[in-house]
Amino acid sequence: MTRRERYEQQQRRRASLIAAASSTIVVVALVVLVPMAPGWEKVQKSFFNGAVLAKSFPKLLDAFRINIMIFAWSAPTIAVLGLLIALARDVKSPALFPLRIFGAAFTDVFRGVPVILTVYLIGFGIPGLGLPRPWNSPYIWGSLALILTYSAYVAEIFRAGIDSVHHSQRSAALSLGLSERQAMRDVILPQAIRNVVPSQMNMLIALQKDVSLLSFIGPVEIFRQAGVFKSLLANFTPYVGAAIIFLIVTIPATRYADYLMARQTRKRR
Amino acid sequence: MTRIFALTVAACALMTTTAMADGHCAAGKTLDEGKFTIATGNPAYYPWVMDNAPESGKGFEAAVAYSVAAEMGFAADDVVWVRSSFDEAIQPGAKNFDVNMQQYSITPERDEIVDFSAPYYSAPMAVLVSPGAIDTAPTMAALKALKWGAVGSTTAVSKLAEVVKPDGDLLLYGDNADVNAAMTANQIDAALFDLPTALFLSAVMIEGSKVIGQFPADAGDSLDQFGMLLEDGNPLKACVDEALAAMTENGTLAALEAEWMQDTTGVPLIK
Repeated sequence: MTRRERYEQQQRRRASLIAAASSTIVVVALVVLVPMAPGWEKVQKSFFNGAVLAKSFPKLLDAFRINIMIFAWSAPTIAVLGLLIALARDVKSPALFPLRIFGAAFTDVFRGVPVILTVYLIGFGIPGLGLPRPWNSPYIWGSLALILTYSAYVAEIFRAGIDSVHHSQRSAALSLGLSERQAMRDVILPQAIRNVVPSQMNMLIALQKDVSLLSFIGPVEIFRQAGVFKSLLANFTPYVGAAIIFLIVTIPATRYADYLMARQTRKRR
Repeated sequence: MTRIFALTVAACALMTTTAMADGHCAAGKTLDEGKFTIATGNPAYYPWVMDNAPESGKGFEAAVAYSVAAEMGFAADDVVWVRSSFDEAIQPGAKNFDVNMQQYSITPERDEIVDFSAPYYSAPMAVLVSPGAIDTAPTMAALKALKWGAVGSTTAVSKLAEVVKPDGDLLLYGDNADVNAAMTANQIDAALFDLPTALFLSAVMIEGSKVIGQFPADAGDSLDQFGMLLEDGNPLKACVDEALAAMTENGTLAALEAEWMQDTTGVPLIK
Protein backbone atom coordinates (compact mmCIF):
# COMPACT_ATOMS: atom_id res chain seq x y z
CA MET A 1 0.00 0.00 0.00
CA THR A 2 1.47 3.34 -1.05
CA ARG A 3 1.40 6.37 1.18
CA ARG A 4 -1.16 7.94 -1.11
CA GLU A 5 -3.50 4.90 -0.79
CA ARG A 6 -3.08 4.91 2.97
CA TYR A 7 -3.94 8.59 3.08
CA GLU A 8 -7.06 8.05 0.94
CA GLN A 9 -8.19 5.14 3.10
CA GLN A 10 -7.81 7.33 6.18
CA GLN A 11 -9.86 10.07 4.51
CA ARG A 12 -12.62 7.56 3.62
CA ARG A 13 -12.77 6.27 7.18
CA ARG A 14 -13.02 9.78 8.53
CA ALA A 15 -15.83 10.61 6.12
CA SER A 16 -17.88 7.57 7.04
CA LEU A 17 -17.39 8.26 10.77
CA ILE A 18 -18.66 11.81 10.35
CA ALA A 19 -21.58 10.58 8.26
CA ALA A 20 -22.52 7.99 10.87
CA ALA A 21 -22.26 10.50 13.70
CA SER A 22 -24.39 13.14 11.98
CA SER A 23 -27.03 10.57 10.97
CA THR A 24 -27.22 9.36 14.56
CA ILE A 25 -27.67 12.91 15.81
CA VAL A 26 -30.50 13.54 13.33
CA VAL A 27 -32.32 10.30 14.21
CA VAL A 28 -31.97 10.88 17.94
CA ALA A 29 -33.22 14.45 17.52
CA LEU A 30 -36.29 13.20 15.65
CA VAL A 31 -37.01 10.42 18.14
CA VAL A 32 -36.58 12.72 21.12
CA LEU A 33 -37.95 16.03 19.83
CA VAL A 34 -41.09 14.97 17.93
CA PRO A 35 -42.71 13.25 20.93
CA MET A 36 -41.96 16.40 22.97
CA ALA A 37 -44.39 18.37 20.78
CA PRO A 38 -47.59 19.18 22.69
CA GLY A 39 -49.90 17.43 20.22
CA TRP A 40 -47.80 14.31 19.82
CA GLU A 41 -50.02 12.04 21.88
CA LYS A 42 -53.07 12.87 19.80
CA VAL A 43 -51.14 12.55 16.55
CA GLN A 44 -49.81 9.21 17.70
CA LYS A 45 -53.33 8.05 18.54
CA SER A 46 -54.66 9.18 15.15
CA PHE A 47 -51.79 8.20 12.85
CA PHE A 48 -49.63 5.58 14.57
CA ASN A 49 -52.15 3.47 16.38
CA GLY A 50 -50.91 -0.10 16.73
CA ALA A 51 -54.31 -1.60 17.47
CA VAL A 52 -55.90 0.05 14.45
CA LEU A 53 -53.01 -0.98 12.23
CA ALA A 54 -53.29 -4.61 13.33
CA LYS A 55 -57.02 -4.50 12.71
CA SER A 56 -56.84 -3.01 9.23
CA PHE A 57 -53.58 -4.40 7.82
CA PRO A 58 -54.82 -7.82 6.62
CA LYS A 59 -57.73 -6.25 4.73
CA LEU A 60 -55.45 -3.60 3.27
CA LEU A 61 -53.15 -6.31 1.93
CA ASP A 62 -56.20 -8.02 0.51
CA ALA A 63 -57.28 -4.82 -1.23
CA PHE A 64 -53.75 -4.34 -2.57
CA ARG A 65 -54.33 -7.44 -4.70
CA ILE A 66 -56.72 -5.33 -6.76
CA ASN A 67 -53.99 -2.73 -7.30
CA ILE A 68 -51.63 -5.45 -8.45
CA MET A 69 -54.27 -6.94 -10.74
CA ILE A 70 -55.04 -3.63 -12.45
CA PHE A 71 -51.32 -2.89 -12.69
CA ALA A 72 -50.62 -6.32 -14.16
CA TRP A 73 -52.94 -5.92 -17.11
CA SER A 74 -52.30 -2.21 -17.65
CA ALA A 75 -48.49 -2.23 -17.73
CA PRO A 76 -47.97 -4.53 -20.77
CA THR A 77 -50.78 -2.80 -22.66
CA ILE A 78 -49.16 0.57 -21.97
CA ALA A 79 -45.77 -0.68 -23.16
CA VAL A 80 -47.20 -1.92 -26.47
CA LEU A 81 -49.50 1.05 -27.09
CA GLY A 82 -46.78 3.53 -26.11
CA LEU A 83 -44.36 1.97 -28.56
CA LEU A 84 -46.97 2.01 -31.35
CA ILE A 85 -47.75 5.68 -30.71
CA ALA A 86 -44.02 6.48 -30.71
CA LEU A 87 -43.63 4.70 -34.06
CA ALA A 88 -46.73 6.45 -35.42
CA ARG A 89 -45.11 9.80 -34.66
CA ASP A 90 -42.01 8.71 -36.54
CA VAL A 91 -43.47 7.46 -39.82
CA LYS A 92 -41.68 8.92 -42.81
CA SER A 93 -44.10 8.11 -45.63
CA PRO A 94 -46.27 11.07 -46.74
CA ALA A 95 -49.31 8.80 -47.24
CA LEU A 96 -49.27 8.00 -43.53
CA PHE A 97 -49.19 11.64 -42.46
CA PRO A 98 -52.60 11.35 -40.68
CA LEU A 99 -50.99 8.78 -38.40
CA ARG A 100 -48.36 11.34 -37.37
CA ILE A 101 -51.05 13.89 -36.63
CA PHE A 102 -52.94 11.33 -34.59
CA GLY A 103 -49.84 10.43 -32.58
CA ALA A 104 -49.08 14.07 -31.84
CA ALA A 105 -52.68 14.86 -30.88
CA PHE A 106 -52.90 11.78 -28.67
CA THR A 107 -49.78 12.61 -26.67
CA ASP A 108 -50.77 16.27 -26.37
CA VAL A 109 -54.25 15.53 -25.06
CA PHE A 110 -53.44 12.73 -22.65
CA ARG A 111 -50.35 14.40 -21.23
CA GLY A 112 -52.27 17.63 -20.85
CA VAL A 113 -55.21 16.35 -18.81
CA PRO A 114 -54.75 15.37 -15.13
CA VAL A 115 -55.02 11.59 -14.69
CA ILE A 116 -57.89 11.88 -12.23
CA LEU A 117 -59.98 13.82 -14.75
CA THR A 118 -59.32 11.25 -17.45
CA VAL A 119 -60.33 8.52 -15.00
CA TYR A 120 -63.55 10.33 -14.13
CA LEU A 121 -64.51 11.23 -17.68
CA ILE A 122 -63.79 7.82 -19.17
CA GLY A 123 -64.80 5.80 -16.11
CA PHE A 124 -68.26 7.33 -15.79
CA GLY A 125 -68.71 8.78 -19.28
CA ILE A 126 -68.29 5.82 -21.58
CA PRO A 127 -70.36 3.36 -19.47
CA GLY A 128 -73.05 6.09 -19.44
CA LEU A 129 -73.52 5.50 -23.16
CA GLY A 130 -75.58 2.47 -22.21
CA LEU A 131 -73.14 -0.41 -22.54
CA PRO A 132 -74.48 -3.72 -21.22
CA ARG A 133 -72.80 -5.40 -18.27
CA PRO A 134 -70.04 -6.54 -17.87
CA TRP A 135 -68.74 -4.15 -20.54
CA ASN A 136 -69.51 -1.06 -18.47
CA SER A 137 -67.36 -2.17 -15.54
CA PRO A 138 -65.32 0.60 -13.89
CA TYR A 139 -62.38 -1.81 -13.85
CA ILE A 140 -62.31 -1.85 -17.66
CA TRP A 141 -62.81 1.86 -18.29
CA GLY A 142 -60.73 2.99 -15.35
CA SER A 143 -57.89 0.83 -16.60
CA LEU A 144 -58.35 2.26 -20.09
CA ALA A 145 -58.04 5.79 -18.69
CA LEU A 146 -54.74 4.84 -17.04
CA ILE A 147 -53.58 3.07 -20.19
CA LEU A 148 -54.28 6.09 -22.41
CA THR A 149 -52.62 8.58 -20.07
CA TYR A 150 -49.54 6.50 -19.42
CA SER A 151 -49.18 5.44 -23.07
CA ALA A 152 -48.82 9.11 -23.96
CA TYR A 153 -45.93 9.54 -21.50
CA VAL A 154 -44.34 6.23 -22.38
CA ALA A 155 -44.58 7.04 -26.11
CA GLU A 156 -42.66 10.26 -25.52
CA ILE A 157 -39.94 8.38 -23.69
CA PHE A 158 -39.71 5.80 -26.46
CA ARG A 159 -39.46 8.59 -29.00
CA ALA A 160 -36.63 10.17 -27.05
CA GLY A 161 -34.97 6.74 -27.08
CA ILE A 162 -35.38 6.44 -30.84
CA ASP A 163 -33.95 9.94 -31.30
CA SER A 164 -31.00 9.07 -29.06
CA VAL A 165 -29.81 6.43 -31.52
CA HIS A 166 -27.40 8.25 -33.83
CA HIS A 167 -28.83 8.63 -37.34
CA SER A 168 -25.61 7.21 -38.80
CA GLN A 169 -26.88 3.85 -37.49
CA ARG A 170 -29.90 4.17 -39.73
CA SER A 171 -27.82 5.26 -42.70
CA ALA A 172 -25.48 2.34 -42.18
CA ALA A 173 -28.36 -0.12 -41.97
CA LEU A 174 -29.92 1.25 -45.15
CA SER A 175 -26.62 1.12 -47.02
CA LEU A 176 -26.32 -2.54 -46.03
CA GLY A 177 -29.51 -3.09 -47.97
CA LEU A 178 -31.99 -3.25 -45.06
CA SER A 179 -35.40 -1.75 -45.68
CA GLU A 180 -36.65 1.19 -43.57
CA ARG A 181 -38.76 -1.20 -41.55
CA GLN A 182 -35.91 -3.68 -40.98
CA ALA A 183 -33.59 -0.87 -39.96
CA MET A 184 -36.11 0.32 -37.39
CA ARG A 185 -36.93 -3.16 -36.12
CA ASP A 186 -33.49 -4.75 -36.02
CA VAL A 187 -31.09 -1.87 -35.58
CA ILE A 188 -32.67 1.20 -34.04
CA LEU A 189 -35.41 -0.11 -31.72
CA PRO A 190 -33.26 -2.63 -29.80
CA GLN A 191 -30.83 0.16 -28.91
CA ALA A 192 -33.58 2.72 -28.30
CA ILE A 193 -35.50 0.46 -25.93
CA ARG A 194 -32.39 -0.46 -23.99
CA ASN A 195 -31.55 3.21 -23.61
CA VAL A 196 -34.90 4.08 -22.06
CA VAL A 197 -35.36 1.14 -19.68
CA PRO A 198 -34.40 3.16 -16.58
CA SER A 199 -36.83 5.99 -17.43
CA GLN A 200 -39.59 3.49 -18.17
CA MET A 201 -38.97 1.87 -14.78
CA ASN A 202 -39.85 5.20 -13.21
CA MET A 203 -43.09 5.30 -15.22
CA LEU A 204 -43.87 1.80 -13.97
CA ILE A 205 -43.48 2.94 -10.37
CA ALA A 206 -45.66 6.00 -11.00
CA LEU A 207 -48.32 3.76 -12.58
CA GLN A 208 -48.33 1.48 -9.54
CA LYS A 209 -49.21 4.47 -7.37
CA ASP A 210 -51.73 5.97 -9.77
CA VAL A 211 -53.78 2.76 -9.85
CA SER A 212 -55.22 4.16 -6.61
CA LEU A 213 -56.97 6.86 -8.61
CA LEU A 214 -59.40 4.20 -9.83
CA SER A 215 -60.90 4.20 -6.34
CA PHE A 216 -62.73 7.39 -7.32
CA ILE A 217 -64.96 5.49 -9.73
CA GLY A 218 -65.80 2.50 -7.55
CA PRO A 219 -63.16 -0.24 -7.28
CA VAL A 220 -62.25 -0.86 -3.66
CA GLU A 221 -58.48 -0.91 -3.91
CA ILE A 222 -56.10 -0.22 -1.04
CA PHE A 223 -56.61 3.55 -0.87
CA ARG A 224 -60.40 3.25 -0.69
CA GLN A 225 -60.18 0.37 1.76
CA ALA A 226 -57.96 2.52 3.96
CA GLY A 227 -60.51 5.32 3.62
CA VAL A 228 -63.31 3.01 4.75
CA PHE A 229 -61.33 2.04 7.84
CA LYS A 230 -60.48 5.68 8.40
CA SER A 231 -64.12 6.72 8.54
CA LEU A 232 -65.33 3.73 10.52
CA LEU A 233 -62.59 4.10 13.13
CA ALA A 234 -62.15 7.89 12.84
CA ASN A 235 -58.43 7.23 12.61
CA PHE A 236 -55.80 7.92 9.95
CA THR A 237 -53.57 4.97 10.80
CA PRO A 238 -54.97 2.84 7.93
CA TYR A 239 -53.54 5.42 5.51
CA VAL A 240 -50.14 4.97 7.13
CA GLY A 241 -50.62 1.20 6.73
CA ALA A 242 -51.42 1.67 3.04
CA ALA A 243 -48.34 3.86 2.64
CA ILE A 244 -46.19 1.14 4.24
CA ILE A 245 -47.54 -1.45 1.81
CA PHE A 246 -46.80 0.84 -1.13
CA LEU A 247 -43.28 1.48 0.12
CA ILE A 248 -42.56 -2.23 0.48
CA VAL A 249 -43.27 -2.54 -3.23
CA THR A 250 -41.92 0.74 -4.56
CA ILE A 251 -38.65 1.16 -2.63
CA PRO A 252 -37.01 -1.94 -4.17
CA ALA A 253 -38.36 -0.85 -7.55
CA THR A 254 -36.98 2.68 -7.27
CA ARG A 255 -33.65 1.33 -6.03
CA TYR A 256 -33.52 -0.95 -9.04
CA ALA A 257 -34.36 1.93 -11.39
CA ASP A 258 -31.61 4.05 -9.81
CA TYR A 259 -29.17 1.18 -10.20
CA LEU A 260 -30.04 0.83 -13.90
CA MET A 261 -29.61 4.59 -14.36
CA ALA A 262 -26.24 4.57 -12.66
CA ARG A 263 -25.08 1.59 -14.69
CA GLN A 264 -26.12 3.28 -17.91
CA THR A 265 -24.30 6.47 -16.98
CA ARG A 266 -21.15 4.49 -16.16
CA LYS A 267 -21.30 2.72 -19.50
CA ARG A 268 -21.61 5.94 -21.44
CA ARG A 269 -18.56 7.53 -19.87
CA MET B 1 -74.24 1.02 20.27
CA THR B 2 -77.01 -0.13 22.58
CA ARG B 3 -74.75 0.73 25.48
CA ILE B 4 -74.37 4.28 24.23
CA PHE B 5 -78.09 4.49 23.67
CA ALA B 6 -78.79 3.29 27.17
CA LEU B 7 -76.33 5.81 28.57
CA THR B 8 -77.97 8.56 26.56
CA VAL B 9 -81.39 7.63 27.84
CA ALA B 10 -80.03 7.58 31.37
CA ALA B 11 -78.36 10.94 30.83
CA CYS B 12 -81.53 12.43 29.42
CA ALA B 13 -83.51 11.09 32.34
CA LEU B 14 -81.04 12.67 34.76
CA MET B 15 -81.00 15.97 32.95
CA THR B 16 -84.73 16.45 32.95
CA THR B 17 -84.49 16.73 36.72
CA THR B 18 -81.89 19.50 36.56
CA ALA B 19 -82.66 23.10 35.71
CA MET B 20 -82.88 24.22 32.08
CA ALA B 21 -79.82 25.67 30.44
CA ASP B 22 -79.35 29.17 31.77
CA GLY B 23 -77.25 30.49 28.89
CA HIS B 24 -74.05 30.48 30.91
CA CYS B 25 -73.17 26.85 30.38
CA ALA B 26 -71.16 27.61 27.23
CA ALA B 27 -69.40 30.65 28.67
CA GLY B 28 -65.67 30.44 27.96
CA LYS B 29 -66.03 27.05 26.27
CA THR B 30 -66.51 28.12 22.65
CA LEU B 31 -63.93 28.83 19.96
CA ASP B 32 -64.73 32.56 19.97
CA GLU B 33 -66.27 34.03 23.10
CA GLY B 34 -69.94 34.74 22.54
CA LYS B 35 -70.04 32.93 19.20
CA PHE B 36 -71.16 29.39 18.45
CA THR B 37 -69.29 27.95 15.46
CA ILE B 38 -70.97 25.07 13.63
CA ALA B 39 -69.47 23.11 10.76
CA THR B 40 -71.47 21.47 8.01
CA GLY B 41 -70.59 19.64 4.83
CA ASN B 42 -69.60 21.17 1.53
CA PRO B 43 -72.00 20.98 -0.18
CA ALA B 44 -74.69 20.37 2.42
CA TYR B 45 -77.68 18.48 1.09
CA TYR B 46 -81.47 18.61 1.33
CA PRO B 47 -83.28 17.70 3.59
CA TRP B 48 -80.49 18.38 6.12
CA VAL B 49 -79.72 21.85 4.83
CA MET B 50 -81.84 23.58 2.19
CA ASP B 51 -80.11 25.13 -0.85
CA ASN B 52 -76.68 24.59 0.72
CA ALA B 53 -77.38 27.67 2.89
CA PRO B 54 -77.33 26.66 6.59
CA GLU B 55 -77.48 30.31 7.73
CA SER B 56 -81.10 30.37 6.47
CA GLY B 57 -82.02 27.96 9.28
CA LYS B 58 -83.91 25.91 6.70
CA GLY B 59 -83.42 22.17 6.59
CA PHE B 60 -83.44 19.74 9.51
CA GLU B 61 -79.85 20.07 10.68
CA ALA B 62 -79.78 23.84 10.19
CA ALA B 63 -83.01 24.19 12.17
CA VAL B 64 -81.76 21.92 14.96
CA ALA B 65 -78.49 23.86 15.06
CA TYR B 66 -80.25 27.20 15.60
CA SER B 67 -82.55 25.62 18.13
CA VAL B 68 -79.63 24.18 20.13
CA ALA B 69 -77.86 27.54 19.93
CA ALA B 70 -80.94 29.34 21.26
CA GLU B 71 -81.30 26.77 24.02
CA MET B 72 -77.68 27.45 25.00
CA GLY B 73 -78.31 31.17 25.08
CA PHE B 74 -76.85 32.25 21.72
CA ALA B 75 -78.71 34.69 19.49
CA ALA B 76 -79.15 33.62 15.86
CA ASP B 77 -76.60 36.27 14.86
CA ASP B 78 -73.99 34.65 17.08
CA VAL B 79 -74.10 31.38 15.15
CA VAL B 80 -71.14 31.13 12.77
CA TRP B 81 -71.14 28.53 9.97
CA VAL B 82 -67.99 26.92 8.57
CA ARG B 83 -67.53 24.03 6.15
CA SER B 84 -65.50 20.93 6.89
CA SER B 85 -64.75 17.57 5.38
CA PHE B 86 -65.00 14.38 7.38
CA ASP B 87 -61.22 14.19 7.54
CA GLU B 88 -60.90 17.68 8.99
CA ALA B 89 -63.42 16.72 11.65
CA ILE B 90 -61.40 13.74 12.88
CA GLN B 91 -57.84 15.01 12.46
CA PRO B 92 -55.92 15.59 15.68
CA GLY B 93 -55.17 19.12 16.81
CA ALA B 94 -57.16 22.33 17.08
CA LYS B 95 -60.50 22.38 15.27
CA ASN B 96 -62.08 25.32 13.48
CA PHE B 97 -65.55 24.55 14.84
CA ASP B 98 -67.33 24.05 18.15
CA VAL B 99 -69.63 21.36 16.80
CA ASN B 100 -69.77 19.60 13.45
CA MET B 101 -73.11 18.50 12.07
CA GLN B 102 -73.31 16.46 8.90
CA GLN B 103 -75.17 13.21 9.57
CA TYR B 104 -72.36 11.71 11.61
CA SER B 105 -73.34 8.25 12.78
CA ILE B 106 -72.39 7.68 16.38
CA THR B 107 -70.16 4.60 16.67
CA PRO B 108 -68.08 3.42 19.65
CA GLU B 109 -64.92 3.37 17.50
CA ARG B 110 -65.33 6.98 16.40
CA ASP B 111 -66.19 7.92 19.96
CA GLU B 112 -62.66 7.00 21.04
CA ILE B 113 -61.17 9.73 18.86
CA VAL B 114 -63.84 12.44 18.97
CA ASP B 115 -66.85 13.22 21.15
CA PHE B 116 -70.47 13.01 20.09
CA SER B 117 -73.43 14.89 21.48
CA ALA B 118 -76.58 12.99 22.38
CA PRO B 119 -78.28 11.80 19.17
CA TYR B 120 -80.53 14.38 17.48
CA TYR B 121 -81.92 12.00 14.86
CA SER B 122 -82.29 8.29 14.29
CA ALA B 123 -82.51 7.09 10.75
CA PRO B 124 -83.11 3.62 9.42
CA MET B 125 -80.97 2.45 6.51
CA ALA B 126 -82.78 2.35 3.18
CA VAL B 127 -82.12 0.76 -0.19
CA LEU B 128 -82.07 2.92 -3.29
CA VAL B 129 -82.20 1.00 -6.58
CA SER B 130 -81.37 2.08 -10.11
CA PRO B 131 -84.09 2.45 -12.77
CA GLY B 132 -83.18 -0.98 -14.13
CA ALA B 133 -83.79 -2.72 -10.79
CA ILE B 134 -86.97 -1.08 -9.49
CA ASP B 135 -88.86 -4.37 -9.63
CA THR B 136 -86.56 -5.97 -7.06
CA ALA B 137 -88.52 -7.51 -4.21
CA PRO B 138 -87.61 -6.07 -0.80
CA THR B 139 -86.24 -9.37 0.53
CA MET B 140 -82.73 -10.24 1.64
CA ALA B 141 -82.41 -12.95 -0.99
CA ALA B 142 -83.26 -10.56 -3.81
CA LEU B 143 -80.95 -7.89 -2.43
CA LYS B 144 -77.94 -10.22 -2.22
CA ALA B 145 -78.01 -10.73 -5.97
CA LEU B 146 -77.76 -7.02 -6.76
CA LYS B 147 -74.59 -5.13 -7.62
CA TRP B 148 -74.07 -2.83 -4.62
CA GLY B 149 -72.51 0.55 -4.17
CA ALA B 150 -72.21 2.99 -1.27
CA VAL B 151 -70.38 6.10 -0.15
CA GLY B 152 -67.06 4.89 1.26
CA SER B 153 -66.97 7.24 4.23
CA THR B 154 -70.34 6.17 5.69
CA THR B 155 -71.38 3.40 8.06
CA ALA B 156 -73.36 1.95 5.13
CA VAL B 157 -70.19 0.06 4.16
CA SER B 158 -70.06 -2.02 7.32
CA LYS B 159 -73.86 -2.44 7.31
CA LEU B 160 -73.69 -3.91 3.80
CA ALA B 161 -70.93 -6.29 4.81
CA GLU B 162 -72.72 -7.41 7.99
CA VAL B 163 -76.39 -7.36 7.03
CA VAL B 164 -76.77 -7.74 3.26
CA LYS B 165 -73.60 -9.71 2.46
CA PRO B 166 -73.92 -9.23 -1.31
CA ASP B 167 -72.76 -11.97 -3.70
CA GLY B 168 -70.57 -9.67 -5.79
CA ASP B 169 -67.92 -7.11 -4.89
CA LEU B 170 -68.90 -3.75 -3.46
CA LEU B 171 -68.11 -0.58 -5.33
CA LEU B 172 -67.44 2.45 -3.13
CA TYR B 173 -67.54 6.13 -3.98
CA GLY B 174 -66.42 9.44 -2.59
CA ASP B 175 -69.80 11.14 -2.38
CA ASN B 176 -73.48 11.01 -3.32
CA ALA B 177 -72.82 12.58 -6.71
CA ASP B 178 -70.46 9.76 -7.69
CA VAL B 179 -72.94 7.09 -6.58
CA ASN B 180 -75.43 8.91 -8.75
CA ALA B 181 -73.02 8.82 -11.71
CA ALA B 182 -72.40 5.09 -11.22
CA MET B 183 -76.14 4.40 -11.09
CA THR B 184 -76.72 6.43 -14.21
CA ALA B 185 -73.98 4.45 -15.95
CA ASN B 186 -75.70 1.27 -14.74
CA GLN B 187 -72.54 0.13 -12.96
CA ILE B 188 -74.48 -0.54 -9.74
CA ASP B 189 -78.05 -1.70 -9.09
CA ALA B 190 -78.44 -0.55 -5.53
CA ALA B 191 -76.93 1.72 -2.91
CA LEU B 192 -77.40 1.98 0.83
CA PHE B 193 -78.12 5.35 2.46
CA ASP B 194 -79.89 6.65 5.50
CA LEU B 195 -83.58 6.93 4.64
CA PRO B 196 -83.88 10.72 4.21
CA THR B 197 -80.84 10.85 1.94
CA ALA B 198 -82.14 7.90 -0.09
CA LEU B 199 -85.51 9.59 -0.49
CA PHE B 200 -83.87 12.84 -1.53
CA LEU B 201 -81.66 11.13 -4.10
CA SER B 202 -84.55 9.19 -5.62
CA ALA B 203 -86.79 12.25 -5.74
CA VAL B 204 -84.31 14.81 -6.98
CA MET B 205 -81.05 13.42 -8.22
CA ILE B 206 -81.33 10.03 -9.88
CA GLU B 207 -83.94 9.95 -12.61
CA GLY B 208 -86.14 6.85 -12.38
CA SER B 209 -84.55 5.40 -9.23
CA LYS B 210 -86.64 4.20 -6.33
CA VAL B 211 -86.36 3.54 -2.59
CA ILE B 212 -87.60 -0.05 -2.36
CA GLY B 213 -87.22 -0.72 1.32
CA GLN B 214 -85.85 0.21 4.69
CA PHE B 215 -84.17 -2.08 7.17
CA PRO B 216 -86.00 -2.77 10.42
CA ALA B 217 -84.41 -1.13 13.45
CA ASP B 218 -83.10 -4.43 14.79
CA ALA B 219 -81.20 -5.60 11.69
CA GLY B 220 -77.58 -5.56 12.82
CA ASP B 221 -77.46 -2.07 14.28
CA SER B 222 -79.41 -0.84 11.32
CA LEU B 223 -80.64 2.25 13.09
CA ASP B 224 -78.19 5.05 12.52
CA GLN B 225 -78.06 7.68 15.21
CA PHE B 226 -76.73 11.05 14.20
CA GLY B 227 -74.87 13.15 16.74
CA MET B 228 -73.02 16.44 16.64
CA LEU B 229 -69.28 15.84 16.55
CA LEU B 230 -67.04 17.70 18.99
CA GLU B 231 -63.35 17.62 19.71
CA ASP B 232 -62.44 14.88 22.17
CA GLY B 233 -62.90 16.13 25.72
CA ASN B 234 -64.59 19.38 24.70
CA PRO B 235 -66.41 20.71 27.81
CA LEU B 236 -69.10 22.12 25.53
CA LYS B 237 -70.51 18.61 25.09
CA ALA B 238 -72.36 18.86 28.40
CA CYS B 239 -74.06 22.09 27.28
CA VAL B 240 -75.05 20.70 23.89
CA ASP B 241 -76.41 17.52 25.47
CA GLU B 242 -78.34 19.60 27.98
CA ALA B 243 -79.83 21.68 25.16
CA LEU B 244 -80.78 18.58 23.16
CA ALA B 245 -82.32 16.98 26.24
CA ALA B 246 -84.40 20.10 26.83
CA MET B 247 -85.50 20.09 23.18
CA THR B 248 -86.47 16.44 23.40
CA GLU B 249 -88.35 17.18 26.60
CA ASN B 250 -90.36 20.12 25.27
CA GLY B 251 -91.07 18.53 21.89
CA THR B 252 -89.00 20.97 19.80
CA LEU B 253 -86.90 18.20 18.31
CA ALA B 254 -89.93 16.14 17.35
CA ALA B 255 -91.58 19.20 15.83
CA LEU B 256 -88.52 19.98 13.71
CA GLU B 257 -88.35 16.35 12.63
CA ALA B 258 -92.01 16.46 11.61
CA GLU B 259 -91.46 19.72 9.77
CA TRP B 260 -88.42 18.64 7.72
CA MET B 261 -88.54 14.87 7.70
CA GLN B 262 -92.19 13.95 7.61
CA ASP B 263 -92.07 12.44 4.15
CA THR B 264 -90.20 9.41 5.48
CA THR B 265 -93.25 7.20 5.16
CA GLY B 266 -94.55 4.68 2.67
CA VAL B 267 -91.31 2.71 2.47
CA PRO B 268 -91.78 -1.00 3.26
CA LEU B 269 -89.59 -2.93 5.69
CA ILE B 270 -87.17 -5.48 4.26
CA LYS B 271 -87.91 -9.00 5.46
